[in-house]
Amino acid sequence: MIEIINLQKDFGEKKVLKKVNLKIEEGKVTCILGGSGSGKSTLIKCLIRLEDPTDGKIIVNGKDISRLKSEIKMAAIRRHFGYLFQEGALFDSMTVGENVTFGLKYLTNVPESDYPKIIKEKLALVGLTEDVAKLNPSELSGGMKKRVSLARVLAVNPKVILYDEPTTGLDPIMSDIISDLILDLKAKLGVTSVVITHDMHSAFKIADYIAFLYEGQILLYGTPEEFRKTDNPYVKQFVAGSSHGPIQMKLMKD
Amino acid sequence: MLLLAVRFEFKQAVEQSVTIGVESFGVTALTSFFTGMVLALQAGNTIDSIFGDPIFVGTIVTFSLIRELGPVLTSVVVSGRAGAAVTAQIGTMAVTEQIDALYTLGTNPIRYLVIPRMVGFVFTMPILTLFSNLFGVLGGYFVAVYALGVPGEIYMTDITSFMGAKDFMHGFIKSFAFAFMVGTVCCYKGISTRGGAEGVGKSTTGAVVTTMPF
Ligand SMILES: Nc1ncnc2c1ncn2[C@@H]1O[C@H](COP(=O)(O)OP(=O)(O)OP(=O)(O)O)[C@@H](O)[C@H]1O
Ligand SMILES: [Mg+2]
Repeated sequence: MIEIINLQKDFGEKKVLKKVNLKIEEGKVTCILGGSGSGKSTLIKCLIRLEDPTDGKIIVNGKDISRLKSEIKMAAIRRHFGYLFQEGALFDSMTVGENVTFGLKYLTNVPESDYPKIIKEKLALVGLTEDVAKLNPSELSGGMKKRVSLARVLAVNPKVILYDEPTTGLDPIMSDIISDLILDLKAKLGVTSVVITHDMHSAFKIADYIAFLYEGQILLYGTPEEFRKTDNPYVKQFVAGSSHGPIQMKLMKD
Repeated sequence: MLLLAVRFEFKQAVEQSVTIGVESFGVTALTSFFTGMVLALQAGNTIDSIFGDPIFVGTIVTFSLIRELGPVLTSVVVSGRAGAAVTAQIGTMAVTEQIDALYTLGTNPIRYLVIPRMVGFVFTMPILTLFSNLFGVLGGYFVAVYALGVPGEIYMTDITSFMGAKDFMHGFIKSFAFAFMVGTVCCYKGISTRGGAEGVGKSTTGAVVTTMPF
């Protein structure tokens, strides 16, 4: 289990995360909702110390990793995590196939002769054929990049996967396939997932718990059912996707 | 597994050495050739006006090249050519989260990007310096023989007289030091790049400008 306690993150003067408290249950899917620029990406980056928290604790398997200095110890923690980057972050000097197998060299003992099999298998999981393996990332569409990036995460079989908007830029059918994939990983391998998403349909389908991030804090945490029924006006407006409500008023006041 | 990782990075280091060497060779050779020519012309004319004869042109050209100019010229060319390319590449990786991706896939930018490139610089720069000296001396030879009328054999013997292994080592050690510096600055500027394409441009010029004064 992962527990975030009073997490704070400033970028200079800008206080992005003020006091985030969140539990991430093992083997469950936790979705994080929140407006654009509310600090969702920053939050999950802090979780594996791609960003250093300004204050607060991050407890992973009983240990606080928020102040861990040693790169070796941090690498040992990170190896259990997979991270799907919002923009894919594919290595542009390598082919799709090399991207997918990149982590295997460092994180597993899989022999190189098995790589073609893994490339084929993981690309198939995200709805791509192995013909794509020879292409360069610059030859892919936005949605394809996202899926290749996901295949790269899946290749190393992480116990916890942090998804930064896995369905953004995908067509509705592909989005649903990815949603199913996240559920599949939970059911078959017991993978813990943290999913940042703006896709309400997907969130309600996959989430065991939803956290709503607003103004640097978790405004509401609960099951999808609780989110549907809530009378919190902020959450209600967000879930409904309406431009009328308290959030709009706040924006205009700023 | 450690062995596997080392072998993998070894491949990277070789690749980088070849890239850096090939990228910079042509410009280094050309620049050195012309510098050797200018050196010979200046030294020849000055000595001629004092002694009435362009003596020791070969010595002066070789001496300045091997001790000072060769390593300096080479490091300027390498930093402008290969160094800028390194900063731009690592910088682009930084702003597109590829560096973060390295961390999440079990390696890190020091191990995967910086060390192979440092090896590349430290390995190729002395070799390039050697070529730079060679082309410089050759440029000097052409001017000395065809413009100043120094007999070829005299130029050649001038090169070896007064030149000791100490002078050679002096230049050689210098080129190692320069390689280390160019590598460090260019990699550091790349990794610390922020702010999109504009940031990449800034850090690339920044890297070249920082290495120049040395
Ligand atoms: N490296 C950085 N330096 C300065 N400010 C940053 C940095 N990274 C993020 N921010 C700021 O932190 C805030 C939160 O950014 P973040 O990327 O976490 O938002 P987000 O919730 O993921 O948004 P989106 O839904 O658009 O992806 C933004 O206002 C952004 O300007
Ligand atoms: Mg984001």
